[in-house]
Amino acid sequence: MSHNATITETKQGGIGLGRILHSPLALPLIGLIVVSLLMGFASENFFSVSNIMNVLRQVSIIGILAVGMTFVILTGGIDLSVGAVMALSGTITAGMMVNMGLPGAIGLLAGLGVGLGLGLFNGFMVAWGRMPAIIVTLATMGIARGFGLLYSGGYPISGIPSWVSWFGIGRVGIVPVPVIAMVVIYALAWVLLQRTAFGRHVYAIGGNELAAKLSGVKTRRVKLAVYALSGLTSSFAAIVLTGRLMSGQPNAGVGFELDAIAAVVLGGTAIAGGRGLILGTLIGAILLGILNNGLNLMGINPYMQDVIKGLIILLAIYIGREW
Amino acid sequence: MLQLTGIKKSFGNIQVLHGVDLDVKAGEVHALLGENGAGKSTLMKILTGILQATSGRITIDGREHRFANYDEAIAAGIGIVFQEFSLIPYLTAVENMFLAREMRSGLGLLDRKAMQARAREIFARLEVDVPLDVPIARLSVAEQQFVEIAKALSLEARILVLDEPTATLTPTEVAHLFKVMRELRKQGVALVFISHHLEEIFEICDRITVLRDGEFVGSCMVSDTDTDRLVEMMVGRRIENSFPPKSGPRPDARVMLECEEIQLRKGGPVSGFELREGEILGFAGLVGSGRTETALAMLGAYPAARCKVLVDGEETRFKEPAEALAHGIGLLPESRKEQGLITSFPILQNISLNNYGKYRRRHWFIDLRKERACTEAAMEQVRVKAQGPLARIDTLSGGNQQKVVIARWLNHQMKVLIFDEPTRGIDVGAKAEIYQLMRDFTAQGCAIIMISSELPEVIGMSDRVCVFNSGGIAATVEGEAITSEEIMTHATTGRDRHVA
Repeated sequence: MSHNATITETKQGGIGLGRILHSPLALPLIGLIVVSLLMGFASENFFSVSNIMNVLRQVSIIGILAVGMTFVILTGGIDLSVGAVMALSGTITAGMMVNMGLPGAIGLLAGLGVGLGLGLFNGFMVAWGRMPAIIVTLATMGIARGFGLLYSGGYPISGIPSWVSWFGIGRVGIVPVPVIAMVVIYALAWVLLQRTAFGRHVYAIGGNELAAKLSGVKTRRVKLAVYALSGLTSSFAAIVLTGRLMSGQPNAGVGFELDAIAAVVLGGTAIAGGRGLILGTLIGAILLGILNNGLNLMGINPYMQDVIKGLIILLAIYIGREW
Repeated sequence: MLQLTGIKKSFGNIQVLHGVDLDVKAGEVHALLGENGAGKSTLMKILTGILQATSGRITIDGREHRFANYDEAIAAGIGIVFQEFSLIPYLTAVENMFLAREMRSGLGLLDRKAMQARAREIFARLEVDVPLDVPIARLSVAEQQFVEIAKALSLEARILVLDEPTATLTPTEVAHLFKVMRELRKQGVALVFISHHLEEIFEICDRITVLRDGEFVGSCMVSDTDTDRLVEMMVGRRIENSFPPKSGPRPDARVMLECEEIQLRKGGPVSGFELREGEILGFAGLVGSGRTETALAMLGAYPAARCKVLVDGEETRFKEPAEALAHGIGLLPESRKEQGLITSFPILQNISLNNYGKYRRRHWFIDLRKERACTEAAMEQVRVKAQGPLARIDTLSGGNQQKVVIARWLNHQMKVLIFDEPTRGIDVGAKAEIYQLMRDFTAQGCAIIMISSELPEVIGMSDRVCVFNSGGIAATVEGEAITSEEIMTHATTGRDRHVA
């Protein structure tokens, strides 16, 4: 009886303040709260429901890109191609619908196929080609961007069916569709990472690839899968983007890979891999979004905003550098 | 010229050198001899200031020195050529020799001519011809070694340590190196030569000092000794009784794993071996003799030139260790931290790492409860001492870390386990437990390959022993023939000798 009580107590104690403070989510959460409060003081509109929904909607694209990026970074890799893959995927989707007059569903599937295909390409080159991820995905970034411009002639492709806009600006109740999509994708990613063997292997490879390989983890296959996932989330982001812009924009998403990496790292994931939580990435993405939104609300010069964001990222990483 | 007296060294509370003496005269080649782990490297690190002795004296020409670091040792006239070269592959020989102490002209720019001239002078002294203008990476191993020697000489070294310089050289290159060494000896340089190849010692050295388990065994003139005496000095008479009794395979035991032919490098020796049910097959030999590479090659984790493996009589070629695992063959690597464990994972996930198939729920998901129950059972089986399955790996002792790796494999239905240095860095008590676990495993009809540099362990545990030498199996010994002398002789002398 008393023995049981002790166990329960330990368990309850485990969910207390101490555990939260020791969780890798602690710092990102504290950062989120601090930045929110600062923004709340600076602008009275900040905490309104409509502004919060607005922030989350703005966050959704980077947030979705950052999901795939989290998987890749957890294995110790990096994916610089996500922004360009997103742009190409959206351009192809629009092109299928507009130029070729194919049914919308086929356009969407083609876009997803582009993302998945380029992700598989990245993964294959990294895992079987044994090339550094940073170089492979840098090359893919150029290739994807170039194909998008070639395919569209450099101009946005507009005239897509109006229902596609639901993905970008639609709402369910008061919640924007992109936010729902983002939450669903995060939930699926959480299940993959925390409840499947694949997820464990992702962490194992980032923690010690050689040990994982020698103990019989199919490291190449897992690496292929994480880059494929990153390509896939890039094309999900493309659907949201296409719906929002109602066109395929070959020039969209320049620099988004850096924002996605920033979200992952702000969320407490180690850039060398092995440690990190998908929930942290969500917090990191929202943190970035709040910064963008708040600095806008405060009317700060957009060029200055980049400087401030850069400094804040540096500060956050400095504080959290122990783990 | 150089005298080391009563050198002792401890790491924490483990003493690795118990009062070693070394006395090297000017103009002699002095061999430093001993098994792996006898303390040769530690002693040389103390001589070159990389480590500091706990007690003992270093004198050069009668003057006592205490080296706080490597630079002070160099300044005192000591040079060392490490087994792993410290050259920068993309720089030329001259650039490497004068790295960080480049000669400058009046303008503060590099004085390339002066450096070239100085380098030529030194190579002329060595009577070797090394291309000075091409990147080091394009030179042969022997030429790189000459550059290292020249570098030491350019620093006015009068005492030169060569740490296993011949390990990676061809016979012709060895002959050339010996010529250079003789030249240096004539010039009055004191040379310390570390090698495991006894023939080489008889060929080039004047005197010998032997270490064993960190103890000074003795010094003698080369002309006063012979191979058998040296082997006996290196091996000693040790009594070890911590090993559970050998049961040995049954006479009708079938062959579980056969390595028909394995060749690590093109042009290297081709060897083969069999592993029988219920057997512990020892892989003995010096570090770098190809034991680990052979094991890795079988599992598809090392690119061997040739490798033909039969599992239960059927030819199998593993592309990666995952495929070997599917056939019931697993490896416990020599370096647990770097190759065995995921240190960011707790015990639980380290054990279940490669076995999620065992506790799946609805095909895709991990059954966390079952995972935990299995882990606890596995931990119980090998008696891991820890706070619980969620304890961090780095809080465990070496022995318990090794047990976690063992538990990972016992969690499967394995047929063959390859233990690479199973008890390295593990205390005596845990050692005995690990030996018992190995015996229990073979008692179930499974088989073990045990790679080990600890001779007592090889002798105490193995039913048969494959002795590796220079990339291949030099001899396989069995039963009564498994003795230290027999193993060391095959491991250190020419490959042409056979078991009597």
